[in-house]
Amino acid sequence: MRLLTHNMLSSNIKGVTQGFPLQIEVTKSITKQVDFNPDFIKNMLVKVEWKALVEAARAMGYGELPETVEVGMVEDEDFLRKFHHALLEIHLEEGFLVCPQTGRKFPVCKGIPNMLLNEDEV
Amino acid sequence: MSRHSSLEFREDIRKMPYRTAQIRLVASHPEVYEPCDDSFLLVDALLSDQANLLHHQPRVCVEVGCGSGYVITSLALILGKQESGGVYYMATDINPHAVSVARETLNAHGIDADLVITDVASGLDKRLEKLVDVMVVNPPYVPTPEEEVGCDGITASWAGGEDGRSVIDKILPVADKLLSDRGWLYMVTLTANNPSEICLQMRRKGYASRIVLQRSTEDGQGSMIGSLLSQFPRFPFLTHGDSKKN
Repeated sequence: MRLLTHNMLSSNIKGVTQGFPLQIEVTKSITKQVDFNPDFIKNMLVKVEWKALVEAARAMGYGELPETVEVGMVEDEDFLRKFHHALLEIHLEEGFLVCPQTGRKFPVCKGIPNMLLNEDEV
Repeated sequence: MSRHSSLEFREDIRKMPYRTAQIRLVASHPEVYEPCDDSFLLVDALLSDQANLLHHQPRVCVEVGCGSGYVITSLALILGKQESGGVYYMATDINPHAVSVARETLNAHGIDADLVITDVASGLDKRLEKLVDVMVVNPPYVPTPEEEVGCDGITASWAGGEDGRSVIDKILPVADKLLSDRGWLYMVTLTANNPSEICLQMRRKGYASRIVLQRSTEDGQGSMIGSLLSQFPRFPFLTHGDSKKN
């Protein structure tokens, strides 16, 4: 699961109001090389919750992202490559996504997050 | 020499872009719905709407209930790798086996997409709210007893409850929430699902609708309909006319 996926997920348990971002518990992480695609990266830059990505990258052991993004950075290739790496190349292969409000753990197995709820959580 | 050129020829074939997902590259599992007539109907509907889709330039595409991954892979191929370099694909399924199989299918075609095991778009609806430009759904539409809806495994891929509407009626408000103000929803329905009522319901929320493709079902009891519901502000069919079958 790339950090882009993580950035799109919130805790979906009934009654939870502060479900984003999910905390990351890493059992196994991997790095996959992905072709650099500036169009895609720029498209995603406006859609990503930046702070959540910075924290997620840090949880995965990558601390190269700036704390905030400024407009001019879209043209900065060095920045875009770091963003590309954090967003698409760092993968949570095995571990958990943890609801920040309840501590409920959503498993990530073979890189796929499982957000299915038990009956009493819906 | 001739061997060399035939190798080169094969290499060319390999590089040729597929128009849709290749069945031989679609992974399978006993508990995962294989591409069937309804999947082909949906993909053919997308193909016949290719010009509109390209013109639409979607940035975020979502499939709910991706099964084998045949449809989302085809959508990515229909949008074309070059044109869709900037497109974000996300697919969900309630069946964990389906999501694993979809991953294999996407990989086999060289398509990147995010995959999540979840019910409809639960857990994604907050962040994807009003971001989705194209949503594709081949829902479980077969009328069945209500208790079969959302069962484990492959049953979830067809069991639609009363009138086959249980899951469809759950998906529609989610689609309305996720679709951007120019968002489009492509969905397969059966005559038994009362598609005109679906369209009327969505019309009240500001959606126009159009049948893209219609085919008789094998049992001859009705037809499968691939329809498009689109937000009103960008309703391209007034200018583009009817879509043509490929």
